[in-house]
Amino acid sequence: MSFSVTEPSNRTKLFAGFLVIGYAVITLLPLLWIIATGFKTPADAIAYPPKMVFEPTMEGYVNLFTTRTRVSPEVFAALPEAESWYERIVRDQGMVIAGPSRYGERFLNSVIIGFGSTLLCMVLGTAAAYAFSRFRVPLKDDLLFFILSTRMMPPIAVAIPIFLMFRSLGLSDTHLGMILLYTGVNLSLSVWLLKGFIDEIPIEYEEAALIDGYTRFQAFYKVVLPQAATGIASTAIFCLIFAWNEYAFAVLLTSGTAQTAPPFIPTIIGVGGKDWPAVAAGATIFLVPVMVFTILLRKHLLRGITFGALRK
Amino acid sequence: MAEVILRNVSRRFGQDVALDALTMTVPDGSFVVLLGPTGAGKTTTLRMVSGLDRPDAGEVFIGGHPMAGLTPAQRDVAMVFQQYSLYPHLTVRENLAFPLRSPILRTKQAQIDRKVQEVAEVLQISHKLDNKATALSGGEMQRVSIGRALVRNPAVYLMDEPLSSLDAKLRADLRIELKNIQAHSGATLLYVTHDQVEAMTMATHVGVLDKGRLVQFGTPREIYEDPVSIYAAGRLGQPRINVLPADLFAGAPARAAFIGLRPEHIGQGDGQDSFVKRVEHLGDQTRLHLSFKGHDLITVTDAHTTLDHGDIVKIQPQKPLFFDADGARIV
Repeated sequence: MSFSVTEPSNRTKLFAGFLVIGYAVITLLPLLWIIATGFKTPADAIAYPPKMVFEPTMEGYVNLFTTRTRVSPEVFAALPEAESWYERIVRDQGMVIAGPSRYGERFLNSVIIGFGSTLLCMVLGTAAAYAFSRFRVPLKDDLLFFILSTRMMPPIAVAIPIFLMFRSLGLSDTHLGMILLYTGVNLSLSVWLLKGFIDEIPIEYEEAALIDGYTRFQAFYKVVLPQAATGIASTAIFCLIFAWNEYAFAVLLTSGTAQTAPPFIPTIIGVGGKDWPAVAAGATIFLVPVMVFTILLRKHLLRGITFGALRK
Repeated sequence: MAEVILRNVSRRFGQDVALDALTMTVPDGSFVVLLGPTGAGKTTTLRMVSGLDRPDAGEVFIGGHPMAGLTPAQRDVAMVFQQYSLYPHLTVRENLAFPLRSPILRTKQAQIDRKVQEVAEVLQISHKLDNKATALSGGEMQRVSIGRALVRNPAVYLMDEPLSSLDAKLRADLRIELKNIQAHSGATLLYVTHDQVEAMTMATHVGVLDKGRLVQFGTPREIYEDPVSIYAAGRLGQPRINVLPADLFAGAPARAAFIGLRPEHIGQGDGQDSFVKRVEHLGDQTRLHLSFKGHDLITVTDAHTTLDHGDIVKIQPQKPLFFDADGARIV
């Protein structure tokens, strides 16, 4: 039989293929443009008509990681030969390297805050979800609704109270403050998602482990956690993406110490010439960790999304 | 190995009474089969002994020690579940070793390897030891889950219909294997089943449960030949015992309301006429579905009988059991 419920016709498949490719082009084109801009010279970056073919340069990346300064022609001429390839690129612009930029620091802040809040969110979320799934919690439904209701307005709506709270608690511009904030915002959705995943794990496995001589916590750790790995992985991706990309709170609550990369990247544009390649380079590098994390966990993510969606 | 005592154990789930002051003694080294329809309290009884569930009232003793407040791990029991028995993220070997690695047993690796190999051979799953648990057939999974109980040497084994998902051949093999293991090790076994062959062949004692109460406890033969009620009589026997109004035959005691006739206790050739409705040739025996004075009954006859639909057979009771209007036995 050439017909079946699950196998679509070739024409349908072809049409679906075009749709997917079309969608991919629309979403990926800006991304590819940013990546390409990172390798252009500032002149190529703002050229009109836009240059599709250009000579790639690392100038944007060098500018991203360094601060540069102009020196008088006499001093410039008296400088010893540039030692490294990145020094040469800076010299070609008629400048010398004054020191490293703050991008590395900001990027590290993003890593600490993004992964830190994701980890904390998974620990608290899994524990809460397990309790909601397995124990007789008083007012369970009301509590679950209350937890979800914190997600019913945009988090930024409470920016001013949070700003004031952070100021009096001394959490402004600290890593801990941002980790707690992102954890708080992500926790509600995490608890709901994870509860769904844990509900799907039959309680008989834990009972078997209890009989086999393990304590409740050991049963949770050795039997429930491995089976919830898919759910935890996909929830972790959602949490990380939010914390990683968050801009508004980062602008409001961080400045010198705990500033993350998103509020920093636009400041690269600088005062003089608009250094678009450096901005694009900063954005490109900023994409890498989430991309790697997502690719590593993509097997779980795909299953996780459909798994969660098909629940009653 | 230990004796298990339940004393006045009660358990309710909301409005439903699962166990109603159940009192039962499982003697040391015995193989006790619990019989009863769904909802009679068989599985709840196992859960009370295992510690997975706590009684609302009453006490459980294992080996003379009160179990109140003890966790399943502290009770030293092994349990085989009806389903969902294997840890899906582990291999067969890891599943079998899991109880031995528990913080309570802390078995040495060499001993674990030896024990796992031994049990795997008994259950004929040695060749699958390194498979993922989810890559097994239903029968193999159930064997591994029985194996997970057998690697240990607990005070009591609890089994909740462990053979129900297996095919007939494997079930027969494992029945003999389980009985051998129990007979040789002297283990105490509390076993739930619906299968009467399992009950008759393996049990040293049968407990008949009805609505959370123990209505009869004795050897399988006692329950079969000397049941205390219609209910207990109906638990064993395939085809089931025929229950008819007592006045259909002469000679019933005065208080008798019902007469119970096992299929093999219906004499053919003499007595009153009955009409053959159906003949079922099973190979080793033949079942006759008869209509007698408007009542249906089933009896067994010679495998090579020439009787057929529409024939008339004379029947009379042999070794009848009499019951009063409430279904209680009249001796």
